[in-house]
Amino acid sequence: MRCKPCGADAVIEIRRHRVAFCRDCFLHHCQEQVRRAISSHRMMGHSERVLVAISGGKDSLAVWDILLDLGYTADGVYLGLGIGDYSDTSRTYAEAYATARGAHLRVVDIPTEHGFGIPDAARATKRVPCSACGLSKRHLLNTAALDGGYDVLATGHNLDDEAAVLFGNVMQWHVGYLARQRPVLPATPGFARRVKPLIRLGERETAAYCVLKGIDYIVDECPMAAGNRHLRYKETLNEIEDRSPGAKAAFYFQFLDQMLPVLDDVAAAERDLVGTCSRCGAPSSAEICAFCKLVEKAAPTADDERQIG
Amino acid sequence: MHVHLHNPKRDVEIAGPLRVAELMNSLGLNRESVLVIRGDSLVTGDATLADTDVVEIRPVISGG
Repeated sequence: MRCKPCGADAVIEIRRHRVAFCRDCFLHHCQEQVRRAISSHRMMGHSERVLVAISGGKDSLAVWDILLDLGYTADGVYLGLGIGDYSDTSRTYAEAYATARGAHLRVVDIPTEHGFGIPDAARATKRVPCSACGLSKRHLLNTAALDGGYDVLATGHNLDDEAAVLFGNVMQWHVGYLARQRPVLPATPGFARRVKPLIRLGERETAAYCVLKGIDYIVDECPMAAGNRHLRYKETLNEIEDRSPGAKAAFYFQFLDQMLPVLDDVAAAERDLVGTCSRCGAPSSAEICAFCKLVEKAAPTADDERQIG
Repeated sequence: MHVHLHNPKRDVEIAGPLRVAELMNSLGLNRESVLVIRGDSLVTGDATLADTDVVEIRPVISGG
């Protein structure tokens, strides 16, 4: 198989684009896809300070690397989730990348700063760990962006992530979630602007980017996420993609083009409902925000576990 | 060839030469869900793997 742009031996094929690339042309392709996503959705400007949410996985390290290569002023923030060896190892990858690249990485350790880890939160709330994890990430990443004076918070959500979330939201007809599923969530009082520069790249491409760029990342899946609904949706969509290359991209980008404009009023109505948490001051539609409620339940559980242990 | 797989981590020996697409089929893997890594680079579905090759089949799906 030959690289379409230059004719050299290809190292990766992207079936939805009917194209194959050599290493250098593929890295250029990834950069161009991110540049195009940022430009077409007006995500951010070069004069703005960007905070990138870093997990130590392929997507977050790829987006940080590409933003730095594109000339953005981008720091990273790593959240320690308290998931045993998995958290220790993922932090090692995040710090190693930052050191090698000469980039600044902020670290927020949830057990140290809030008194619980994600496993404690799952036990305390009797909900799946990914629910407590997502809630904590949204709150703490937003806080880190606002406290650090950043203009924008960038995450490593890729095309597969967005297609799987869309699939799940459609399966349940979560109209409010659908209205908020946007490549850019503009800044509102208490919320930093959030952007997803990787929406034009599949996760096979972000993994390939890291391999070909020599970026080491944590390959193992989070032990708390094994078998979760999001992964099952991704597997289902990949079975469709295997038979119909381009199906995931069409599903997601047609949603952006055709459905999101219809949901603008829903999104506006939801924004009008947001007030302020009486404890932490974060935006919330309830008197006490979901994160403060989580801390209230999870921290005592973590204390109990330490005493038993 | 020596093939290293993840989830669960395991190593298997498979006779070569064999095309990457055939290897995927024989292992029941979806090519959208993995990368095939030989040395420090990737190989495409039409590439032929030699009997002496060492390859890693790395999953790309992450969730959460």
